[in-house]
Amino acid sequence: MSTRSPLPDRPPSDGDDPTAAVVARAFRDERASVLATLIRHVGDFQVAEDAVQDAFAAAITAWRRDGVPKNPGAWITVTARRRAIDRLRRDRSVSDRAERLAELVRLDQQEHPSVSEESAVVDDRLRLIFTSCHPALDLQARVALTLRTLGGLTTGEIGRAFLVSEPTMGKRIVRAKRKIADAHIPYRVPSDADLPDRLLGVLRVAYLIFNEGYSASEGDRLVRGELCSEAIRLGQLLSQLMPDEAEVWGLLALMLLHDARRATRVDDQGRYVTLDEQDRSAWDRQQIDDGLQALAHAARLRRPGEYQLQAAITALHVRGADAGATDWEQIAELYGALAEVRPSPVVELNRAAAVGFAAGPEAGLALLRPLLGDSALAAYQPMHATHADLLRRSGDPAGAARAYEKAIALSTNAVERAELERRLRTLRDG
Amino acid sequence: MPGYMLLLYAPEVEATQQAERDAEMPLWNEVTQSLRDAGLLVSVGRLHPVARATTVRVRDGEADLTDGPFAVTKEVLGGYYLLDCADLDEALEHAARLPLSRYGSVEVRPMMDVDSVTTP
Repeated sequence: MSTRSPLPDRPPSDGDDPTAAVVARAFRDERASVLATLIRHVGDFQVAEDAVQDAFAAAITAWRRDGVPKNPGAWITVTARRRAIDRLRRDRSVSDRAERLAELVRLDQQEHPSVSEESAVVDDRLRLIFTSCHPALDLQARVALTLRTLGGLTTGEIGRAFLVSEPTMGKRIVRAKRKIADAHIPYRVPSDADLPDRLLGVLRVAYLIFNEGYSASEGDRLVRGELCSEAIRLGQLLSQLMPDEAEVWGLLALMLLHDARRATRVDDQGRYVTLDEQDRSAWDRQQIDDGLQALAHAARLRRPGEYQLQAAITALHVRGADAGATDWEQIAELYGALAEVRPSPVVELNRAAAVGFAAGPEAGLALLRPLLGDSALAAYQPMHATHADLLRRSGDPAGAARAYEKAIALSTNAVERAELERRLRTLRDG
Repeated sequence: MPGYMLLLYAPEVEATQQAERDAEMPLWNEVTQSLRDAGLLVSVGRLHPVARATTVRVRDGEADLTDGPFAVTKEVLGGYYLLDCADLDEALEHAARLPLSRYGSVEVRPMMDVDSVTTP
């Protein structure tokens, strides 16, 4: 068992204390790089993480006393390295301990960091991302470890975000770190042959973090919103480190475009607001622009993937001045492309709905009919609601009423059910 | 190089499937030989069916013997490979090459470094 530092996980970000503010900023900007490089030198996640934590804790006192150094990141790096040397001298369990100590001491005695050290930082951060998201780790552990090592979230914060107690989350993270050490999960960027698969795994972890913050309304709201921000930060980091990967930009665009509507997705009472009823003036324009830029970047790489296509669909939804100006024809086409890249009954259903708007209800119904027998969709409320709307618009009120009844019976959300009941009443009264 | 035990689990073969399994022997030999040529193979073993197994448990100083495996599960341990590999990725790569990984499962476990185990 390694000795846990009694120091705080994260320095206070007290607005009244300029030194603490500088430390907090350095923590945010430099921590992942320093940690990523130190893990490579030390060969142990826990030892490196403890050393970096120590360095940030030491920074508050030292900088308050001596003033903030010219290069805070370099100060943190040197201090963390020295702490790691101390820890390695005490901790005999680390593999290749003697070699690693020698290397650390050599680096510590170097006056100027070499150029190769500088350029290794990009790779180091990628190593940290790919190792934290290694498929041999449990998916939840990948999520937790990524938030911990790259986001710098505390164990308590991660636990609250996933509605798990702090000790449980702590055990999960410790177990993952032990597996990395004992099973020798390599600390490296995967080979070219494995990279596409492994990168998709990383993107999945990022999107999972985003969705955890985006779609859950229970739990601690603040931390949940922070999960979206963390996922976006991870997406931005990946786009810096791997600028030639189209899906990295696609996912970043998708997350930015969704998150730009964060403020309008629920009303004052915390009730769900559908896309066409959201107050478009309250959307975050800057973030929409950033999202569209990321999407344009993805498109230039000419390798459309599932995230890029989803982002393109979302972009068409947010681009229109109002819900009535939506370009359904292009959306229908994009769903067609998405169905080819990642076929699923839900994608087919969305495609049918879009075609129903673009080319008329009959065309939509033609695509939807084969889905009615799909067992995966039988209990899926949106399918019956879409079916009902298409039938109503095609002039079959009796069929539409039956489909609305099915949708109402399957609806688990009160607001959603009330809306479906309203449509059914309108149909009967009309 | 760290050591990895590849534990081979599969449903026990029924008489009707025996020919199918026999037919994959060349593939097993090929993988085994390539591991040996690469200097990674420490040892390899194939086990008799679980019907030949005896399980030993000593409770309150008395040995309790049970005929058969301790837990009867659908998939049983059928053999193992002991490999020296650079890291887990390499061990997983070889595990995925074994024919049985397609219908059974291969558990890859790192070996403990015996020297590092401290005795109290």
